[in-house]
Amino acid sequence: MIHDKKAHKYGMVIDLDKCTGCGTCAVSCMSENNVPFKEDESDKKDSITWMRVYRLTNGRPFPDTEVVYMPRPCQHCGGKGDHGHSPCVSVCPATATDYGYDTGIVSQIYTRCFGCRYCMAACPYHARYFNWWDPVWPEGMEKYLSPNVSPRMRGVVEKCSFCYHRYQLAREKAYVNGTDEVPEADYQTACTTACPAGAIVFGDLNNPSHKVHQIVKPDPHPDPLNPDVVGKSRNPRVFRLLERLGTNPKVYYMSEREWVRKMGDHYLDGEWDKVKNVYGSASHE
Amino acid sequence: MKVDRRSFLGLGIGAVAGIAVSPVGAKLTDDFSIWTQNWPWTPVPPDGEVSYDRSVCNLCPGSCGITVRKIDGRPVKIEGLDTYPVNDGGVCLHGIAGLQYLYDPSRVKTPLKKVNQRFVPISWDEALAMVTGRLKQLQEDQNPEALACITGSAQGSVPGLFNHFMAAFGSPNCLTMPDLESWLVLTATTLHGPKQTLGFDIDHSDYILSFGAGLIDGWGSPVACIQAMAGRKQREATLVQIEPRLSNTAAGADRWIPVKPGTEADLAMGMCGVLLKENLFDPVFAQGFTGGFMRFTAMVQKEYPLDKVAEVTGVSADDIQKTAIAFAKAKMPVALPGKGRGEGAQSLKEFAAVHTLNCLTGNINKKGGVFVKPLPDYLSFPDPVIDDMAQKGAAAEPLAASVQELMARIDQSDQSPVEVLVVYNANPCFALNDPSRVAAAFEKIPFKVCVSPYMDETAMASDVILPVSTFLEQMEDVPSRAGLAASVVGLARPMVKPVFDTRSPGDVVIALAGALGGGVAQSFPWENYEDCLKQLAGQIWKPLTRKGHVIVSGRPPAGSVETDFSFLAENPDTLKPAGDQEFTLIPIDNFRVPSTVPAPSPFAIKTVSDRILKGTDMFVEINPQSANHLKDGGFATLTTPAGSVRVRVHFNDGIMPGVIGMVKGLGHTLNNRYVSGKGVNINALISPTIEPGSGMDAAYGIRAGISKA
Repeated sequence: MIHDKKAHKYGMVIDLDKCTGCGTCAVSCMSENNVPFKEDESDKKDSITWMRVYRLTNGRPFPDTEVVYMPRPCQHCGGKGDHGHSPCVSVCPATATDYGYDTGIVSQIYTRCFGCRYCMAACPYHARYFNWWDPVWPEGMEKYLSPNVSPRMRGVVEKCSFCYHRYQLAREKAYVNGTDEVPEADYQTACTTACPAGAIVFGDLNNPSHKVHQIVKPDPHPDPLNPDVVGKSRNPRVFRLLERLGTNPKVYYMSEREWVRKMGDHYLDGEWDKVKNVYGSASHE
Repeated sequence: MKVDRRSFLGLGIGAVAGIAVSPVGAKLTDDFSIWTQNWPWTPVPPDGEVSYDRSVCNLCPGSCGITVRKIDGRPVKIEGLDTYPVNDGGVCLHGIAGLQYLYDPSRVKTPLKKVNQRFVPISWDEALAMVTGRLKQLQEDQNPEALACITGSAQGSVPGLFNHFMAAFGSPNCLTMPDLESWLVLTATTLHGPKQTLGFDIDHSDYILSFGAGLIDGWGSPVACIQAMAGRKQREATLVQIEPRLSNTAAGADRWIPVKPGTEADLAMGMCGVLLKENLFDPVFAQGFTGGFMRFTAMVQKEYPLDKVAEVTGVSADDIQKTAIAFAKAKMPVALPGKGRGEGAQSLKEFAAVHTLNCLTGNINKKGGVFVKPLPDYLSFPDPVIDDMAQKGAAAEPLAASVQELMARIDQSDQSPVEVLVVYNANPCFALNDPSRVAAAFEKIPFKVCVSPYMDETAMASDVILPVSTFLEQMEDVPSRAGLAASVVGLARPMVKPVFDTRSPGDVVIALAGALGGGVAQSFPWENYEDCLKQLAGQIWKPLTRKGHVIVSGRPPAGSVETDFSFLAENPDTLKPAGDQEFTLIPIDNFRVPSTVPAPSPFAIKTVSDRILKGTDMFVEINPQSANHLKDGGFATLTTPAGSVRVRVHFNDGIMPGVIGMVKGLGHTLNNRYVSGKGVNINALISPTIEPGSGMDAAYGIRAGISKA
């Protein structure tokens, strides 16, 4: 029996100033999770990439141009008020995707999914992908497939699971070792361990001893300006994507550059200057 | 029977009741739903016991330690090896995708020979007999120097065995593809004397002046460089990146100085001029300056005045002056040569000029500086047994100083001076500039042997292919290369039995030597490659097998260094991009697209942006300011003196106006539909220019025109 009743909230923070755009996280993810490939992967709408690396520029002309790369896994949204009503979970008619209240991870059960793709329409982050075709590996190459993640079939949606199988393995290990706690180092996603720049930090946002908590410093109270938003970072360099929607993603981004942080959401003219310094609720700091 | 109203209703109600009560409908629905949930064609990976094994990646000069996760001995995932001295747990996408190379559709599964332009499978015995027959013919003709050999790298025991073979056979024509290490060796030889190379301690340097070195774009040992750059901000070390395009390295640098492509050498000379003029060079280290330091000083003052350099390079005189002074005044400054990955066509003048900046600051063989270190000598090869013929052959004048020069020479000859060519772990028919001329030269060579795991462009142009194992299937020593400060030797071990009928390349050379007999066979007294490596490695064999790696040296080399300025004092010409068109086309080294051996994996191609490759169309980057009537995303015709291709246009504000950038490493034609037939090989658009001082191809870019298609 696992006696660990503590609610974890697994999440990550990605340092965009460290990210080199090398793509190692994306390939590590594909290799870990048996993600297939096809002859033409240049149509990015149907190219299954649980972890996708976007290129952002500041739009300034030569020579003031700047570029950063933004890796985007599933954001594992907690939904409005962080109650577990993630945009995709709320619309799934088959309960193929669900919110794990013990981990904060948004799951995806492939054999339950019947491919209506409502979740894809609901996801504001384009983190979900549909299998338009059955996966085909070149002859012999299916020998490298991992038994920890089942290969998907035509007609289902898939997405990043925060390498949930690694959590399961870490939990089993903790059980064998006779502890309840899964140590921070035992559960790390494939992208985190692969990143050669160390730009990704993963852990339990609820656990103050975890590095991710120390960097993000999530505010336990709702944002006074927008009560749907919970867990806003109290680190002035940290932001989330489309934070004001109230989806409450568990993937945080970090940058010293203001233009990068501004790219995290859509702002009306002049609005950014009013909100840019409102990090969390100042009253709780 | 008459159907009246009563019986019709009765039958109807009966049928409805019957269907409702019968289990058939429910059963059919159930069966149907189960059938729709069956995917017998979707593989179910077999489960089993998990184990981890460690090895060293040999896909690029990076030489990273890796762990391989296996399920019942079946490798399923490659990850970085913690505490390995090169990469300390880090890994790159190509290493992770290593398992795709194992089952790559373009792998050569059995020895092949070419009959009527088609490859026919043959046995290993027949293949080796064919090659030895040809080699014996050369010996009978007293013409051993007509054997030439091209290897992908010069370091390690396997390239060493090829060299050893060539020495015993009696041919001086053993060449290496131009990688960063070969340029560094050439630079060290020119400035400090033979048998040395350069290592850069960027982990500790506090001021890095990079002349286009793509520190996070794959330069040197890619993972080690990325890790050094990730720690750079915490160390408060400055990175100044000089290059015409905002590469990822430039985007992450403290300062990006755009420079006109191909004028980096002039800029470095201009900065040398500033240091000399301001008396900012290290007087202690300068005691080791020989070979015309005064001439060099006079030449730089005369030929590279600031205003002239500013005009040539497009960098303002003030910028040059300030940057040079900041560099010289830093505690541990390092100037890095080698544009992009530092491989392929570069320039000795540029390497030498940039390294002269290091020499002037005197930050040589110190922590955070440049290490002038001896070439790795952990392998003790016995002296080859050389008979009279071999002695005569080896004394012949080498045909060329570089692979590109050799190919040009064969291409221009009526009868090829090379009769048998052996290529190992290199793809000159793709990776050299103007590959069509290289292929034409190949046509002229009567007999080509390709020792390769893959059916790449060079294998396809060969007469016999000897398929060798990939790094996951064989044992091999992997020395660190490519500008690393520490010298580390790792041992790659077989992670899985050879998937196909392949052998280790070391075994292939030993078998060839044995079959030849005579002095060549006597020079190879080993049973097999493993036995050979054990004897060559000598004392380090035990720690190598126990720990998986040996740190040969990690500290700055001791002793004084002499610096010879005579090469630069002559002021060799800076090679300008050929042609006279409006734009300059430059190759872009993209981390996700390897440009030599092996070709990109399917996973790597999957990560390539749709603004580099869309379908089979290739994009080129151009600054919107100089795009004239071109449209973003539109089609255009790109023309250079070497050729013309249809491309699509990508507006990038981060590239200098007047420059066109194209990613290098795409446009393969090998037998792997996930990788080949995509985009354009930029090498096909660039004609080689041999640099007089080095004999190497120095054509980094070419003049080009672009117009709406």
